[in-house]
Amino acid sequence: MTLLAELSGSIGSVGYGLAAIGPGVGIGIIFGQGVQAIARQPEAYGVIRQNMLLGFALAEALALIGFVVPFVYGV
Amino acid sequence: MINLPSSAWGCNLGSCEEFPAPGTEIFFFEDVWTVSVFGQEFGFNKPMILLFLGAFVVIGFFLYAFRKPQIVPRGAQSVGELGYTFIRDGIARDVIGKGGEKFVPFLFSFFFFIWVLNFMGIVPGILFPVTSVFAIPVAFALIVYFTWVPLGIIKQGPVGFFTNIMFPPGLPKPLYLILAPIELISNILVRPFTHCVRLFANMFAGHLLLTTFSIAAWFLFSASIGGLIGSAVSFAVVVALTGFELLIQALQAYIFTLLTAVYISSALHAEH
Repeated sequence: MTLLAELSGSIGSVGYGLAAIGPGVGIGIIFGQGVQAIARQPEAYGVIRQNMLLGFALAEALALIGFVVPFVYGV
Repeated sequence: MINLPSSAWGCNLGSCEEFPAPGTEIFFFEDVWTVSVFGQEFGFNKPMILLFLGAFVVIGFFLYAFRKPQIVPRGAQSVGELGYTFIRDGIARDVIGKGGEKFVPFLFSFFFFIWVLNFMGIVPGILFPVTSVFAIPVAFALIVYFTWVPLGIIKQGPVGFFTNIMFPPGLPKPLYLILAPIELISNILVRPFTHCVRLFANMFAGHLLLTTFSIAAWFLFSASIGGLIGSAVSFAVVVALTGFELLIQALQAYIFTLLTAVYISSALHAEH
């Protein structure tokens, strides 16, 4: 096996950084659109907030898995 | 009882070269006492004691609040009713809809129990969110999982349950080739996993952050301008993060309960 490149140090934190990109964009879109929806229709606040938090939770899970996995698989 | 890396206490006034960063060891506790039942050793450690304490707090408060219910609620009763209506109207009726009333006690217990357990992370003297021990959210998620899967199988029939999960209606036929396995895996296998990891990782990360900045405030403190400023900034960050944690704790308890309601609703009424 030929070694192309080698990396040492806290690679888990680099992995977490990569894992946070997608959910970061996603959460930004969710809350941005949520605020816009509330501004357009303030009377639907309850329903919008609930669905906003639901989408937030689903997107956030990916970043959190990226955070936990380095702890599980060691250094 | 507060778990810190053993080197952290001694690292002050520039006595250490390197920052004693906390790792996963702050989540492991020594047994306080052990009980032997039929030759099997059972250890009690801090998270376990706090788990019992949390259960007593929740049960105790609501027994006290509803001991003599009055038509016009006062004091603890009005707080209890506020919590009850929040779960019933905000989660059970809105998410589950028809047939949701039956699940109010289930959701209600989950929400308040998890909230109290999370809240222990910022109670002075306790300072440990019990849900940051992975086994506990796993147990919660398994309870939810073994509630909604049998419920769905009973309500929709064993075949109907899986076909409803695998074939959401209103899509072009060839797409089901890709979609059916993805839907099956994401609903049956990934759902319970993300359900518990979401709660666990939030509490875990929050506790780790608070510990890191608390140690930094202590570590940087020394009789120099840089040391004082660094220490003060770290301490200010701890205070700000504590406020932030207060929000996250309530939010995570809410999200856990909301997702429980969503899963139960998906078991009760298939998507049409």
